[in-house]
Amino acid sequence: MLEWWFSDQLQLGLAQAAVAALSAVVLVLLARKRGVHLEKETSVAMVRGAVQIVAVGSLLVLLLHGPGWISSFLLAGMIVAAGGTSARRAKGLPDAFRISTLAIAFGAGSVIAVMTALGVIDSGITALVPIGSMLIANSMNTNGLALNRFRADVVAHVGEIETALALGADAHSSVSPFVQASFEASLIPAIDSLRSLGIVWIPGLMAGMLLSGARPVYAALYQFVALAMILTASGLTSLLSTLLIRNQIFTAAEQLVPLSGR
Amino acid sequence: MAGADLPSSTGLSTSSIVLRVKDLGRTVKNQDDDKILVTEATFDVSAGDTLAIVGPSGSGKSSLLRLLNRLDEPTSGTVYLLGQDYRQIPPRELRAKLGMVMQRPYLFPGTVEQNLQFGPAQRGRKLTHATINELLADVGLQGYSERNVAHLSGGEAQRVSLARTLANSPLLLLLDEPTSALDQASKVEVEMALLKISHDQKLACILVTHDTSQALRMAQRALVLEAGRIVRMGPTAEVLNA
Repeated sequence: MLEWWFSDQLQLGLAQAAVAALSAVVLVLLARKRGVHLEKETSVAMVRGAVQIVAVGSLLVLLLHGPGWISSFLLAGMIVAAGGTSARRAKGLPDAFRISTLAIAFGAGSVIAVMTALGVIDSGITALVPIGSMLIANSMNTNGLALNRFRADVVAHVGEIETALALGADAHSSVSPFVQASFEASLIPAIDSLRSLGIVWIPGLMAGMLLSGARPVYAALYQFVALAMILTASGLTSLLSTLLIRNQIFTAAEQLVPLSGR
Repeated sequence: MAGADLPSSTGLSTSSIVLRVKDLGRTVKNQDDDKILVTEATFDVSAGDTLAIVGPSGSGKSSLLRLLNRLDEPTSGTVYLLGQDYRQIPPRELRAKLGMVMQRPYLFPGTVEQNLQFGPAQRGRKLTHATINELLADVGLQGYSERNVAHLSGGEAQRVSLARTLANSPLLLLLDEPTSALDQASKVEVEMALLKISHDQKLACILVTHDTSQALRMAQRALVLEAGRIVRMGPTAEVLNA
């Protein structure tokens, strides 16, 4: 319907963005009726997301023919930004930014590096940056889920943790059930995405490849490759961040550090 | 015994002193000011001796107990376990020796036996069935080893918690209001188990309680805390009737 009113592609894009944003406003209003206030967080996230993606899109146009090292520079910047965003989901956990950044760099970074070296990801900037960013973004989400769950579990189970410590358990053993639960819970979205691939959804990457003329079977296979890489990157990120964060919630004398909400 | 090197502050024989608390304190920093949780606590506990810590809510009873097995760090003073400064003892070893029973039992999912094996397993040890049965008999729960802890009553769970602490063969028991969350019948069961154990094993016990009649029943000595400071200490009847 919008195509009838907007012949220019840019105008059409803006109109489509406005309609999509309007749907989010409807969600905010529905949540408000239920007493959940998403107004500020949602509007800030939408404005930030729109500005950022348009800025990066414009930048990519400029960098399309740039030297290869620019990809690494962009991906490194994305990892740091992802670390910051992810750490905000772990409020109250000490050193969350450093740990999130390190974990995402390890999880997403190692998958990007290995897969690029093996030729699974094309090393050209137009492939490397979008696919790399997809891995970083998913690692960021997984990391946020893992840390958020870990913090909530620790706050809710202070008694159990201190009982284990009081019985002579070491700090790591006293929180190991919560490290494991956080890791498992954080991977649910990535595993479900892979499990439901093609049945519940046809992701954007495959749709884009089909639109640009790729053979459907190759597009489908590459979509599987992308989701498998996401699962690996997310899993490595979550594994490292949950292992690192458990060290931060104890003192040298193996005393549980009070977290907010405790 | 290393404790013999220390001067006695109570007139008790230093050779029987298990735990000596010296000028112990903890102050935490708030946004506006410092909050004193415990200050200048000094007392001894000997083998077979039960000391009750009583005082109003918020007086620092549980804070003091947490300092004794180093679940929290003192900001002043220290504690000597058999004459050795407890900061020189690895925390895990220290906590196994100073067995703590919390207000709520916090049993781990699984069977009673698995709970009893938890502490020894941390040091690579496994209790025999005979030892498990002995521990359960001490708390009046013979035949409970295979029971799932999810199906225990409050009093039974607290007695399993006590047996789990005893499985570490502690030198001293730290009891943090162990019966305050129980009904009258369960409270009597736990008290009986505690009295039997402290009598039979000559264990030193420190009992935090807000129930002065319980302190009179169970402890030979008592100290009263107010705003983190010990304001009275001595034989239980004298201290509580003062």
